Amino acid sequence: MKTFEPTLFEKSRPGRQGTMPPETDCPAVQPEELLPAGMLRKAPPALPELSELDVLRHFTRLSQLNFSVDTHFYPLGSCTMKYNPRVNEKAATLPGFAAIHPLQPESTVQGALALMSSLQDCLAEITGMDAITLQPSAGAHGEITALFMISRYFRDKGEKRTRVLVPDSSHGTNPASAALAGFEVVTIPSNAEGGVDLEALRANLDANVACLMLTNPSTLGLFETGIEEIASLVHEAGGLLYYDGANMNALMGLVRPGDMGFDLVHLNLHKTFSTPHGGGGPGSGPVGARGELVHYLPGPRVVQDGQTFRTEVPGHSIGRVRTFWGNFLVLVRAYAYIRTHGSQGLQDVSRAAVLAANYMRVRLQGHFDLPYQGTCMHEFVLSARNLKTARGVRATDVAKRLLDFGFHSPTIYFPLIVEEALMIEPTETESLETMDAFIEAMRTLAEEDPQTLHDAPQTRPVGRLDETQAARKPVLAWPE
Amino acid sequence: MIPQDLKYTDEHEWIRLNGENAEVGITHFAQQQLGDIVYVELPAVGTSLTRGQTFGVVESVKTVSDLYAPVTGEVVEVNPELLSEADDFKPELVNDDPFGQGWMVRVRLTDPSELAGLLDAAAYKKITEEAG
Repeated sequence: MKTFEPTLFEKSRPGRQGTMPPETDCPAVQPEELLPAGMLRKAPPALPELSELDVLRHFTRLSQLNFSVDTHFYPLGSCTMKYNPRVNEKAATLPGFAAIHPLQPESTVQGALALMSSLQDCLAEITGMDAITLQPSAGAHGEITALFMISRYFRDKGEKRTRVLVPDSSHGTNPASAALAGFEVVTIPSNAEGGVDLEALRANLDANVACLMLTNPSTLGLFETGIEEIASLVHEAGGLLYYDGANMNALMGLVRPGDMGFDLVHLNLHKTFSTPHGGGGPGSGPVGARGELVHYLPGPRVVQDGQTFRTEVPGHSIGRVRTFWGNFLVLVRAYAYIRTHGSQGLQDVSRAAVLAANYMRVRLQGHFDLPYQGTCMHEFVLSARNLKTARGVRATDVAKRLLDFGFHSPTIYFPLIVEEALMIEPTETESLETMDAFIEAMRTLAEEDPQTLHDAPQTRPVGRLDETQAARKPVLAWPE
Repeated sequence: MIPQDLKYTDEHEWIRLNGENAEVGITHFAQQQLGDIVYVELPAVGTSLTRGQTFGVVESVKTVSDLYAPVTGEVVEVNPELLSEADDFKPELVNDDPFGQGWMVRVRLTDPSELAGLLDAAAYKKITEEAG
């Protein structure tokens, strides 16, 4: 068992020092001579005092306690925790990408601009959009970017559309982004199969609706088979259709959002396109648009002019949504991923992701409740409600117990329409043996004594944390 | 766990009439579904509520849920122990005593006849049985 690692403050010893800078050879000036009295500290800052080796060991140990894709199977539904190929890292450390500055003249960074231009083209082709911006930093940032575009688009058309429709299975970011962009959010219920309830959609579509935000496949991992009808209903009402690209890993090279009728999309490069994810990624959430909406994309974008690449701000651009070029080195990694796979390879990725999810679904559905039946796409949602009723075991207990078996938890309590939800997304990069081991762990724990589950995890440096107390009375500073 | 003397909404709020004011909270079933409640966002005194519209938010360890006004009226009092800035902040009251100390707001009713449109204990019980 790995042991608990104390904080740097607890390891601190008075007078211990990491580095010993030489005496300054400049004339010394006291802070009082330079700064007003009110700006001066009364006591030195309470920083820990440590040697360099203390600090190095501390962070190395912390990193060893981490559950990550590099160390454990991580079937966190909706997050697409796939392997991040190391060739991506190799590309991102090439000096031509890593050692440039965003304020360099364009003529000196033609390679970087060429990469961005080509990535824009690749993502446009994958999504069926006419143009892409690479600026947004993550999925929710992409959502709000698109909603600002929609807002400006209708304002220019002289239409006052104030409402955004979201299914009740949507990612929580959808209604949050719509509200933040100034829209009124209307929730559309799901039908018995988990798709959009078309009657409810019809009843809510009118001249006030700016757009419907839709994830396809949905957060239940099910393909929205009514998508063509949904698209025509929304368009007939004069609204737009927005594609939440969180689940694009199911569809690459198979179906394009643009062909389904979507007008705007965002992608999560840190999900589908294998760039590092979680704990500081950073993420990247490019947005694509079709038709007239292209002119509203944030600028500047990269455009090709014969043999050279330059930047341009679209005619009706909503402006910048990010400093400089977004998370550029993440773009390099995603580009490396796309080009090492090629179009056939990306199609294989999606097919394998869907196959893996269905394999696990079929082997687990007899042991857990599966509220929405049928063939899934890249993920599926089990429910622990039977365990809860029969034995008082909840989704949280399942999640914590899985740590003891050496697996990261699935996403739990989401989507909201499934009680005690366990949302499982294996991705295409796991071996059959790994998936079988996880299935075995799930089957085993489903039969275990409830107390064992309530007490889990027992093999980690800390046991069950009191999440309620942490949320009610958070301690955010050390020392208190 | 469904008191007979209260009225209910299908969004799991309860309302108790006291003269011309009424007390509003969420039901035992609701707090059980939500799990440990960690934060409650309530409207200020003087806020106008519209029946069926959201008037606050309740946050638990696992989810965040809107609160829906069972009636139209004006907020005349807010449960001080549910306000996070209070020294004796106790969101657990909603879990421990949802129909009593866990009340959320007191409302002056604009139209007392709206109460007739709400669910009685038997009708609400049916909803929880279908949902559970």
